[in-house]
Amino acid sequence: MENLVLQALSGLASASSLFLVASGLTVIFGVSRVVNFAHGSLYMLGAYLAYSLVTTLPRGHLGFWGGVIGAAVLVGLIGLVVEVLLLRRIYRAPELFQLLATFGVVLIVQDLAQMIWGPQDLLGPRAPGLRGSIEIVGMRFPLYELFLIGVGPVVLGLLVLLFHRTRWGTLVRAATQDREMVGALGVNQRMLFTSVFFLGSLLAGLGGALQLPRESVNLHMDLAIITEAFVVVVVGGLGSLTGAALAALLIGELHAFGILIVPKITLVLVFLVMALVLVVRPHGLLGKPEAAARGGQGSAEPVIGPAPPALRWLGLATLAVAVVLPPFLGDYAVSVLTELAIAVLFAASLHLIMGPGGMASFGNAAYFGIGAYGAALAAQWLGAPMLAGLALAPLAAGVFGLLFGYFCVRLSGVYAAMLTLAFAQIAWSVAFQWVEVTGGDNGILGVWPSAWAAPKLVYYYLALALCLGATLFLRRVVHAPFGYALRAQRDSALRAEAIGIDAFRIRWLGFGLAAAAAGVAGGLFAYGKGSVFPTYMGIPRSVDALLMVLLGGVQTLSGPIVGALAFTGLQEQLVRITDLWRLILGCIIVLLVLFFPQGLAGAARARWEARHGDA
Amino acid sequence: MLSVSGLSAYYGRAHILDDVALDVGPGEVVVLLGRNGAGKSTTMKAIMGLVPPAAGRVRFDGAEIAGREPFEIARRGLGYVPEERRIFTGLSVLENLEVGRRPPTAGLRPWTPERLFALFPSLGAMQDRPGGRMSGGEQQMLTIARTLMGNPKLILLDEPSEGLAPVVVERMAEAIRALKAEGLSILLSEQNLHFAQAVSDRATIIEKGRIRWSGSIADLLAADEVREQYLSV
Repeated sequence: MENLVLQALSGLASASSLFLVASGLTVIFGVSRVVNFAHGSLYMLGAYLAYSLVTTLPRGHLGFWGGVIGAAVLVGLIGLVVEVLLLRRIYRAPELFQLLATFGVVLIVQDLAQMIWGPQDLLGPRAPGLRGSIEIVGMRFPLYELFLIGVGPVVLGLLVLLFHRTRWGTLVRAATQDREMVGALGVNQRMLFTSVFFLGSLLAGLGGALQLPRESVNLHMDLAIITEAFVVVVVGGLGSLTGAALAALLIGELHAFGILIVPKITLVLVFLVMALVLVVRPHGLLGKPEAAARGGQGSAEPVIGPAPPALRWLGLATLAVAVVLPPFLGDYAVSVLTELAIAVLFAASLHLIMGPGGMASFGNAAYFGIGAYGAALAAQWLGAPMLAGLALAPLAAGVFGLLFGYFCVRLSGVYAAMLTLAFAQIAWSVAFQWVEVTGGDNGILGVWPSAWAAPKLVYYYLALALCLGATLFLRRVVHAPFGYALRAQRDSALRAEAIGIDAFRIRWLGFGLAAAAAGVAGGLFAYGKGSVFPTYMGIPRSVDALLMVLLGGVQTLSGPIVGALAFTGLQEQLVRITDLWRLILGCIIVLLVLFFPQGLAGAARARWEARHGDA
Repeated sequence: MLSVSGLSAYYGRAHILDDVALDVGPGEVVVLLGRNGAGKSTTMKAIMGLVPPAAGRVRFDGAEIAGREPFEIARRGLGYVPEERRIFTGLSVLENLEVGRRPPTAGLRPWTPERLFALFPSLGAMQDRPGGRMSGGEQQMLTIARTLMGNPKLILLDEPSEGLAPVVVERMAEAIRALKAEGLSILLSEQNLHFAQAVSDRATIIEKGRIRWSGSIADLLAADEVREQYLSV
């Protein structure tokens, strides 16, 4: 019984910290509609800066609390700079582009933090005056945790006052609903957005700084917290402060008690709850439908036509090189080419949902991974030969795609994307924690191709043929009546339904098809590497797919191909030549977003159309 | 006060406005008449900077405002009342007014919530009601009141009578006459000739994005063929 009370209290302390970060994220999203991936990086910077300040300033109350507040303010200023230099220029870009830009910032901050503070974990001092513990129901409970429990409600109260009792708050709430109208009433939106970013970043920094006496500061804090913060924000309802507080409470306690009750599935638990909430309440606990927000939307999606002759020739030339060149290359180069071919199909599968389908998926890696595990499990437990494994991969991925998609495609926008993320995390957790079957973190080894396909070169041609075939098939689908229906429901679900298109069914099948295609890629990847690991389904791999599609351009068919080649090639090269590949890749992403907002293929097409007149 | 010439605007590749010209003098009420889709709303949005004008000049109060941002244009004393009202539904009546509040303008009596509630009495009775829980007519009054809180010298009033009950339209006409009496200039857009003639000094007719006719209300009432050609449904 006493144990439960303490567990509940420690859950409250976590909830409090989580709320600080999530409140900043939700406030920023509410006004700017930017899904800020870099919010976790700001949190991490808050912790690092607090470490530096607290250890530099004189010991004692002033040094510690001054350091914490100072770190929060500094992070607020960093957020402000990011907004002014980067985000301000891309508010009119599609939502996902902003996400891509903020992901570029994540990469940059990771390397900068490592350069400044080094790779080792840093342990900060304890908070003066809060070092001890007190006795609660006969057990010792740390004072600092108790202090944290108080911080959350205090910050919530201050924020509520700020938003409901000041002119600034009223303007922010108005802009959350209709920022264009607020501008037409004489409010400088830019200043408003910048100040909101300052506040949101400050809250993230504060959240990070307050962790200093609690846990070590390290380079993994950013991605660890951002997933949790996203979950809290989405479960609470995007833009809703009270919702974020409720959700933080829910998630905090879930963590605390999940470990006691069902230790086997702790990792899944949070995402299960998120999936459940979104299925029952598509806009989170206290969220409002997203469609209400107006202003700043871009123009309609361009119509996809058949490829112009020049592009056709370029494609054929690339293909010719891909077929003729490999026999003259070494094994390493051939396996890199194999990975490129797989990346193209992986990106193309995501593109089908994102471009023609109009839904963002943050969890495409799940289907890649399910394909890979499908093949590997069949090989390990059933002794299935390679071809059977390769056939099973898309089947398994497709079935799970239909299962998960059944829930995901009912939602729209960020909520849909978050639900795909939740399912992907569930799949990842199963692979990670169900050690008896999947081998857990050690993965499944010895998934080798059949003897005839064992030489790298043969396997490359097999992969090329399958990936190319599947990619061309996806292209064909876009130009088939099914593809028309898919694009019709993207442009207007209501009008599409009015002419007899079952928008849900079309989206659902599209999702399943894309999953199956990702499964082919995953299966090929498994046999190519000879092993599968839970990381195949991890968030980074889903983000890779997003980067490929967005880099190439969402609304061109050649986009995913160009993007996959550019991204995979670039990453491969950067990792080989420099330790700072994240920094460089991040800068490249940011520059691309700023200067090629339609993606590489989109920019090329725009240039081509400008030169050849209207297509 | 407001002088527009050669104004063109596009939505994507569609040419919506072509060489639009119109004038509104100080204290004058000018109505922009035309059928659905003629370009009335786009003209107003282009003046306000909400639709970027592709070509043309917009002079307001002695300064060129074409190409400026909406908030800068608003701060110069140009108020905009959108056709779709665009009330902040999550904010109360008073909070909606607060969003519109700007410093007083020299030469005009500053607007306060109290004065606006005198102009639109029904708003005064629901100061704390969320904008989302008001009738269409109440929302229309609130959107005008919200713009007036900015103490504009001229307001662009986009189809204020649209979708309102006849009694409410009558009250709206009274309010517009009261605003004119305050010395406010108004550019009104309308399809409802009956309403327009009751409040306006002059009329400009737009059709397919081009100005087809301009003149006094009296002239328009005399010119049967003009009304027949451009306004009858």
